[in-house]
Amino acid sequence: MANELKGAFEIIFSLEREFLSAVGLSLKVSLIALFLAAIIAIPFGIWVGTGKFKHRELTSAILNTAMSFPTVVIGLLLYSFFSRKGPMGNLGILFTPAAMITGQCILAFPIIAALVAAGTRNLGDRAILAARALGAGNIKSILLFLKESRLIVLASLSAAFGRIFSEVGISMMLGGNIRFYTRNITTAIALETSKGAFSLGIALGMVLMVIAFTINASVYYLQPKKI
Amino acid sequence: MRKQVFPALCLVFFAATSAFAGEALKLATTTSTYETGLLDYILPPFQEKYGVEVHIISVGTGKAIKLAENGDVDLILVHAKEAEEKLVKDGCGKARRGIMYNNFVILGPGGDPARVSKSKDVKDALRNIARMKHVFVSRGDDSGTDKKEKSLWRKAGLEPCGGWYLETGQGMSATLRIADEKNAYVMLDRATYLFNKDKIRLSPLTQDNDRDLFNPYGVIAVNPEKNPHVKYKSAVALIEWLVSPECQGMIDTYRVNGKQLFFADAIE
Repeated sequence: MANELKGAFEIIFSLEREFLSAVGLSLKVSLIALFLAAIIAIPFGIWVGTGKFKHRELTSAILNTAMSFPTVVIGLLLYSFFSRKGPMGNLGILFTPAAMITGQCILAFPIIAALVAAGTRNLGDRAILAARALGAGNIKSILLFLKESRLIVLASLSAAFGRIFSEVGISMMLGGNIRFYTRNITTAIALETSKGAFSLGIALGMVLMVIAFTINASVYYLQPKKI
Repeated sequence: MRKQVFPALCLVFFAATSAFAGEALKLATTTSTYETGLLDYILPPFQEKYGVEVHIISVGTGKAIKLAENGDVDLILVHAKEAEEKLVKDGCGKARRGIMYNNFVILGPGGDPARVSKSKDVKDALRNIARMKHVFVSRGDDSGTDKKEKSLWRKAGLEPCGGWYLETGQGMSATLRIADEKNAYVMLDRATYLFNKDKIRLSPLTQDNDRDLFNPYGVIAVNPEKNPHVKYKSAVALIEWLVSPECQGMIDTYRVNGKQLFFADAIE
C-alpha cells in the first residue's frame, strides 16, 4: 500500500498523459453536461417550486424520485437508443464523449430541478411581490428573484456536479472506456483496479476528491455572511 | 439578453457534438489482447502509416460480436472460432482472418487440492475440481474464454453449479484477481496469465500441449452490405496490416517479462 501511495504521488506530479487525459475528459464532459442540464433544469425547478398548477405536488414527487435514477439504467436506455440498431443510431454517437454528456445531462437534470424547486418553494411569492411592490418590471423582478435564489441554485449545481463527476455506469456503458478518448477518471479507476494496478487509481481518486472539495468550498464561500 | 443566449447555446451544442464526432475506426476486442498491451504495441505503426486513428473498445468476445452484429463498431478481434464463423455466415461479418494463437491454462492454489496437475487431460482436471467441489471462478460473461470454458465442462460431461462455482461477469484480469483472492481454480488465456503473473499467487497446472486448450484469435470486418455506415475500407486496411509480415513479426517479438504472449499464424 505504501508503494502504491508513493506511485500515486509520482503520477500526479509527473503529469502523465494517461492521468491528464482522464482528468481533462472528466472535467470537460461533466461541466458541459452540467451546463446543458442547468439551462433547462433551473427554470423548470423554479416553475415547479413557485408556479401555480394542478399537479405540482405530483411533479415534485416525480422529480424527487428521478433523483435516484440508477446510472446503469440511464446507460442502458441511452445505449439502446444510440446503438446503430436503435432509433437514434444514425447519429453514430455511441462510444463518444457526446454520448457520455447526454447521459450525465439526464442524470443531472432531476437533481438540479428538484433541489431548486424545494429551495424556491417559500422564496417564490414573497420575492416577486416585494420586487413588484418596489416598482420593478417583469424582467427586473425575475433578475431580482434569481439574485435571491442564487445560493439555492449554486447548491443544486454543486450537488449535481458531485453526482455526475463521480458516476461510472454511464461513462463506462456509453463511452466504452476508450483510451485518450472516452476514458475518464472513474472508468480509468475501474480498469486499473481490475488490472490490480492501484497507483493510477489512487492518484485519480485523490484528484477527484480535491476537485469535488474545491467546488463545495467555493459554494460555501459564496454564501452571504450572516450574523 | 435573449439574443445573446441563443447563439451561445448553439455554439455550445456545436462544440459538444462536432468536436467529439467519431471519425476514428472502432475496434471491439477481447480483454486479453488489450489488457496485455499487445494492441498498443502493434497498432501505432498502422495509425501512422494510414493516418487512421483506432479506438479500442475492450469487451468480452460475446459483446464484441453483438457490437459487430449491430454495426456499432467497424471490426472485431476476438477468440471464439465457431461464433466468428457464424457471424460471417449470417452476413454480418466479412473478410475473417486468423492472426495468432496461444493457449488456455488452468491456474490453481498452491498444494493443488483437486490434483489438476496430476490429471491426464483438461476434462479429467475439471472432473476432479467438480468432485472436490473446490472453488472455481468463471467469467460468466459469454466472452471467448467463457464460451471455451463452458464447452470444456460439457466435453467433460458436467454442468457446473452450486456454491463452489462462481461467475463474476467481469473481464479476465478482474476475474483472475477474484480467483486469486479466493484461492480458487480459474481458466484463462496464457497472455493474460503471463501479464499478471507477478501480481498473483495462483500457479499454472495444465499441460501446454493439450489440444482442447488451443486458443486461436481472428479478426473480422463488419459487412458494409448490412451496415452501410461502417468504415469498411479502413477496416480492411487494418486487417491487411495485422496479417502483414511486418505486423506478424511484431506479434511474435512482443514480450512481457521476457515471455512471448501470442504466436502469429496468419502466414503459413
